[in-house]
Amino acid sequence: MTAALSVEGLEVVFDRFRALKGVSLEVREGESYGLVGESGSGKSTLLRAITGLAPVSSGTITVNGKTLGKTRDKAFYREVQMVFQDPYGSLHPRQTVDRLLQEPLAIHGIADGEKRIERALDEVGLGNGFRFRYAHQLSGGQRQRVAIARALILEPSILLLDEPTSALDASVQAEVLNLLEEVRRRRKLTFLMVSHDLAIITHMCERLMVMQNGEAVETLTASQLIGHRVSQDYTRNLLRASEGFVRTA
Amino acid sequence: MSGNPDMQTKGALLEVDDLRVTFPTRTGVVQAVRGVSFSLGRERLGIVGESGSGKSQTGRAIMGLTPPQAEVSAKKLSFDGIDLLSVSSSQRRALRGNRIAMILQDPKYSLDPVMTIGRQIVETLRTHEKVGKAEARERALEMLRAVQIRDPARVFDLHPHEVSGGMGQRAMIAMMLIAGPELMIADEPTSALDVTVQLDVLNILDKLVAERGMGLIFISHDLRLVSSFCDRVVVMYAGKVVEQLKASELRDARHPYTRGLLNCMPRIGFERHPLPVLERKPEWAT
Amino acid sequence: MSAEVVQSRREWLLSERPASRMQARLGRAYVAWRRFSANRLAFIGLLIILALVVVAAFAGVLAPYSPTVGDLKNARLLAPGAAHWFGTDDLGRDIYSRIVYGSRWTLYVVILVAVIAAPIGLLVGTVAGYAGGWTDAILMRITDIFLAFPKLVLALAFVAALGPGIENAVLAIAITSWPPYARIARAETLTVRNSDYIKAVQLMGASPFRIVLRHIMPLCISSLIIRVTLDMAGIILTAAGLGFLGLGAQPPLPEWGAMIASGRRFILDQWWVAAAPGAAILIVSLGFNLLGDGLRDALDPRSGDQ
Repeated sequence: MTAALSVEGLEVVFDRFRALKGVSLEVREGESYGLVGESGSGKSTLLRAITGLAPVSSGTITVNGKTLGKTRDKAFYREVQMVFQDPYGSLHPRQTVDRLLQEPLAIHGIADGEKRIERALDEVGLGNGFRFRYAHQLSGGQRQRVAIARALILEPSILLLDEPTSALDASVQAEVLNLLEEVRRRRKLTFLMVSHDLAIITHMCERLMVMQNGEAVETLTASQLIGHRVSQDYTRNLLRASEGFVRTA
Repeated sequence: MSGNPDMQTKGALLEVDDLRVTFPTRTGVVQAVRGVSFSLGRERLGIVGESGSGKSQTGRAIMGLTPPQAEVSAKKLSFDGIDLLSVSSSQRRALRGNRIAMILQDPKYSLDPVMTIGRQIVETLRTHEKVGKAEARERALEMLRAVQIRDPARVFDLHPHEVSGGMGQRAMIAMMLIAGPELMIADEPTSALDVTVQLDVLNILDKLVAERGMGLIFISHDLRLVSSFCDRVVVMYAGKVVEQLKASELRDARHPYTRGLLNCMPRIGFERHPLPVLERKPEWAT
Repeated sequence: MSAEVVQSRREWLLSERPASRMQARLGRAYVAWRRFSANRLAFIGLLIILALVVVAAFAGVLAPYSPTVGDLKNARLLAPGAAHWFGTDDLGRDIYSRIVYGSRWTLYVVILVAVIAAPIGLLVGTVAGYAGGWTDAILMRITDIFLAFPKLVLALAFVAALGPGIENAVLAIAITSWPPYARIARAETLTVRNSDYIKAVQLMGASPFRIVLRHIMPLCISSLIIRVTLDMAGIILTAAGLGFLGLGAQPPLPEWGAMIASGRRFILDQWWVAAAPGAAILIVSLGFNLLGDGLRDALDPRSGDQ
């Protein structure tokens, strides 16, 4: 098995603040890999560095055997797509769903647009009734489905997910997580998913990395985490916190 | 003290009967809260619901913070025998902060950005009580210590943007508690915080409620968190209460909505693929 | 049209599930129109502007006399009356006819200025805002230089250099009025350039040119339309000012500003010569201002996400 995505000694510096301090990871083809951490841990920055939205000061990123340079070309964006956290901010307020989905096809000069749009909408469970709506006519869960459809329409092999459900209600979260699992299975996608919620990561991912202050704390398999077989106190703290409030008498 | 059922009957601190909040909009009237009833003693009550369930508007209506264009009505909305719907706005202001306090989700928006944290707490105290400057400062520092801020003298002189989210929320709690309120309404007080910080803040809140014998209304979308923290839980859906139950009996919840809500969250160590999905029935909303 | 048809058309327009691109676009326009027409003053403004357009289009039918040739022998400086509604000027020309024909020149100025200045401002502002860095600094300093001069003085300088005439006046006004538009477009761009939906388009692999043109400009256009409409009154006044100073329209063109200038000599005895075009400028300016205010309420992206 080859690595779909590997990151080696990645550093990101914003105005002298080191957001990522030499992080390395390797995501196998078809694997779902989780990044867990609290705010400021650098987990979202890692995703943004991969896509080129955050400045990389040193380290290498390799996608499907190709090491990335300073800029990303169009071919990269056909391999790697991203779903953002906030479904209210990631859809253009003045464009219909149709227009949103057409844009990536137009950029990449893909011809069978009509069919692809219909298929993408079907795949995320929206159907044609939603095609000509504006973002403000959609609920949060529907918006996130559109965002997923937009990410899938270029048929990438790697999907980066930045807290895709944290802005959604619990019941809607379940639907979106199910949808993501389904498209991953059907399209044999590789996931790199960021979340602050250990339960979501263990539900969605086979392996995960715990991050804190821009560094990797430890790398675990989901079953190690479920069995509490962790070596770092920080991870143990996170595990305890995820079990809810315990009254100390 | 937790889970004592007769707390709610004898000497209820807050009684809410058939509370309704309606908003006029361009396309007609929106009923955000449609006949909510509950009573609260000196206990921790959780109000749980998803977005649009009316849980926040219920808290705001009790606090008197409903936007002016909205209409609030109720058969009864009384706090310690005082009818909250008929009191004058000046009386209401006196109640607010003094006897009823509210914590909001994000401390960034509820603390004054240009005033130091210490001064905000001192001013809050001095609008509600006649105390000297030196004494007010002493009490503010003590309060900051009570919310487990390690270096209160330093935090006292900081502006809200200079502290972390967890620290800001603690400062907010300190400010709300300084006047010694009897009822505290906390609207998603920990949702903007990291999980570990979240538990610290809840611990502080829990201790203060127990020590001071306050009534607490904890509004949240997180059913599991609320049930681990509160004595009783009110579950809201589409502006109505669908179920009220003791937190310890949550597992025996009868309403399909409550059960669905509990069920649909992923849990560590429980492999379910796909996750059970909540089927919303139209009759729940009627 | 029966009430039922109207009702079903409204439902079609307000449908939450539009079935075609056209329906979605029309529905959106309808919502904006409803908001606009609920504002009575704005509606009056729109009527004034529509009236201006109609008068300009049918000037030949509406004007009873020639705008340029007067009856010097019998009709000099006549007071308003049945034959000459607004009286006549010193060359015996019917003022009413001149105002009717003058509306064409007013529209000509306003439309040309809008067509030249607004796109320049939009382009400079969005490019500066999106590119940032040096591009932004250079473009904005140029904008600042233009903004540092009083508009009329700068326009005067341009006309003096280019030579008097209405075309040059239009050019001068256009050159002096784009900087505020650039400022607005840049401010709007700065608020949206870091939003997730722009980042999402970047992650599609879109070129900066495409992002500015297709994703940022549409967001700036409504505030720009509002600003341009509100500026129309100022443009008319500047054009009139240039006309008044003799640097805009040249006689015998019936331009309103030039008409006031020539009426100035008799303002105490024959007040109507200057008052009639003055009133026309006042009404049209007011119309544009009211319209702009209404558009602000109807189009402003900040007031509800319609």
